Amino acid sequence: FSGAGGGNDIQWCFSQVKGAVDDDVAEADIISTVEFNHSGELLATGDKGGRVVIFQQEQENKTQSHSRGEYNVYSTFQSHEPEFDYLKSLEIEEKINKIRWLPQKNAAQFLLSTNDKTIKLWKISERDKRPEGYNLKEEDGRYRDPTTVTTLRVPVFRPMDLMVEASPRRIFANAHTYHINSISINSDYETYLSADDLRINLWHLEITDRSFNIVDIKPANMEELTEVITAAEFHPNSCNTFVYSSSKGTIRLCDMRASALCDRHSKLFEEPEDPSNRSFFSEIISSISDVKFSHSGRYMMTRDYLSVKIWDLNMENRPVETYQVHEYLRSKLCSLYENDCIFDKFECCWNGSDRQVKFFTRTSDLPNIVMTGSYNNFFRMFDRNTKRDITLEASRENNKPRTVLKPRKVCASGKRKKDEISVDSLDFNKKILHTAWHPKENIIAVATTNNLYIFQDKMN
Amino acid sequence: MFVRGLKRKCFDGEEDIEGTLAGIKAIPSYNLQRQSLLDMSLVKLQLCHMLVEPNLCRSVLIANTVRQIQEEMTQDGTWQMINPQSTGQASLDRLVSTDILCRSSREQAEGKHVPGYSTFNKDFEGDQAQDSSETMSTASSVQAPRNLQGHVWEMENPQENKGNFQKSLDQIFETLENKSPNSVEDLFSEVDNSYYDLDTMLTGMMSNTKMGHCDGLETFSSTTTTASNSNCKSDLNELDHIVEILVES
Repeated sequence: FSGAGGGNDIQWCFSQVKGAVDDDVAEADIISTVEFNHSGELLATGDKGGRVVIFQQEQENKTQSHSRGEYNVYSTFQSHEPEFDYLKSLEIEEKINKIRWLPQKNAAQFLLSTNDKTIKLWKISERDKRPEGYNLKEEDGRYRDPTTVTTLRVPVFRPMDLMVEASPRRIFANAHTYHINSISINSDYETYLSADDLRINLWHLEITDRSFNIVDIKPANMEELTEVITAAEFHPNSCNTFVYSSSKGTIRLCDMRASALCDRHSKLFEEPEDPSNRSFFSEIISSISDVKFSHSGRYMMTRDYLSVKIWDLNMENRPVETYQVHEYLRSKLCSLYENDCIFDKFECCWNGSDRQVKFFTRTSDLPNIVMTGSYNNFFRMFDRNTKRDITLEASRENNKPRTVLKPRKVCASGKRKKDEISVDSLDFNKKILHTAWHPKENIIAVATTNNLYIFQDKMN
Repeated sequence: MFVRGLKRKCFDGEEDIEGTLAGIKAIPSYNLQRQSLLDMSLVKLQLCHMLVEPNLCRSVLIANTVRQIQEEMTQDGTWQMINPQSTGQASLDRLVSTDILCRSSREQAEGKHVPGYSTFNKDFEGDQAQDSSETMSTASSVQAPRNLQGHVWEMENPQENKGNFQKSLDQIFETLENKSPNSVEDLFSEVDNSYYDLDTMLTGMMSNTKMGHCDGLETFSSTTTTASNSNCKSDLNELDHIVEILVES
């Protein structure tokens, strides 16, 4: 496993890019979520047009040992359609907010995809054989004249071109008044939660006509509303534990065994405000846009506008580590508020887990890296072991396979060195909100506005 | 990515000011910047009412920012209530615009700490705010000399300052109440009180799927009366009410 053992920094190389080349971005093509499945063989993206595209990794070619399999389109389907809420006279966007894969139990793959209001369970199955030799039907499906049937035969399966079919198996609707921002599958693999701005519901994967409300922060008087739910996730090992984050920068950990309605948290994670940095924008930039448990479940990571924080579940009063993503934007908050960029919701992710190696290696030697996106198509990685960080760019320039990506640097103030980019030159329309890390290997998927970049570490 | 025209206008504005208001420095004071932020926030809340349901998180964050500013202004004593004057026309043109925020950071407000504000030129375009901010800047830069004169007076008469804010607030309020529909804000005059307790109605409908059409309408109409009963007596109540309606939407 390359990278195990301290001090081996990963060298990232461009591998592939998916999506349209031209700069004119069709609104429907804007990527809104990216997720690897549990084996990493499949990579799903959702877009603003309600479509899901799944890529499959090629089986590794023994002769091409210098690179891992490429990802090619496996299945494309329309998950959600635009709807119109006649009561409110408002459109319901078909944009896919989140995709979450279920662990594979049989030949078929299952994923949950959600828009603002409705969650759907999709079954993706392969068909590479078809029955031929019916007695009553022709091959094209037309019925034969019964009088022409003189013999009986048993239909047999014959190989056919691989067909990948996606079919909706469950539709979980009408349970959310507000916009769904998160879905998370429980470690029992039977239930999952869906969270909107004010409520969190618990579902059983088999049951679509009812769900349990487990968190409700809607005030009796909407005048008093000052805080919303921004993200939620189940604990990876403990099936009764979940967390949810808020727009005020707090994270609440809840235990479903405590009561039916978890409106009293078991733990409240909040860092006290730094008075020297106080401004009218303090609250907005403290709003948490993503929360992710580590694979062990001992830590969780949160993303707010300017930083990534690592929390130890045993310590509520402050994070154990804080990493600045783009601190140079702190002096630009007013402009970012004006052009709405300050409300951008960046996601974050951990590196893939490596359970086999864990028994033989010290924990501190295991790669421990977190990744998140920024502007100008930059994305950032923070190595928790070495405390080093790197800024890379997802762009079509300099994208030769197996060429190591050049680190980028933003010049905050003063003289700009060669190859540095000044803050004022950053393109705030080019934002990387969604990134994903292969669960087992050093392969990452990074979504720009309408392109999906795949990078892998340099092997050998 | 740079909006060149905009930059030039900012500079032009400054040149004009120096020409016409000799001796008076065009420095955005903390109060002015705060006012500017307040106006910008109010505009943002208005712009929320579009075809797609607005982002509740964003609305809440902006509303909280408005509250913060209002609280600080109340503590400062710069928040004063004057009788609202009825206006027939939207006075967006009198909003202290982003033009003020464009001023160079070299000119710091004298004596007053400017917390966390960026006073650098508005260099980048944002997709959403592009049209509105460009319009605003165009409108305001044309009137830059006039605005600044007005602002000089406003600095002397803080009541006048509050009057503008009050007018903006009133417009939002009036439109929401459907008292005097303005053509400018007709867009969200429809948005209205149906949001006031839509959630109650919806949950009612969800739990009882057999609920008739008429029942739905009855709940609908019963909630609207509560909204129209409030009136603008105290500024705090008023702001809360507006914020609640806007956030609700």
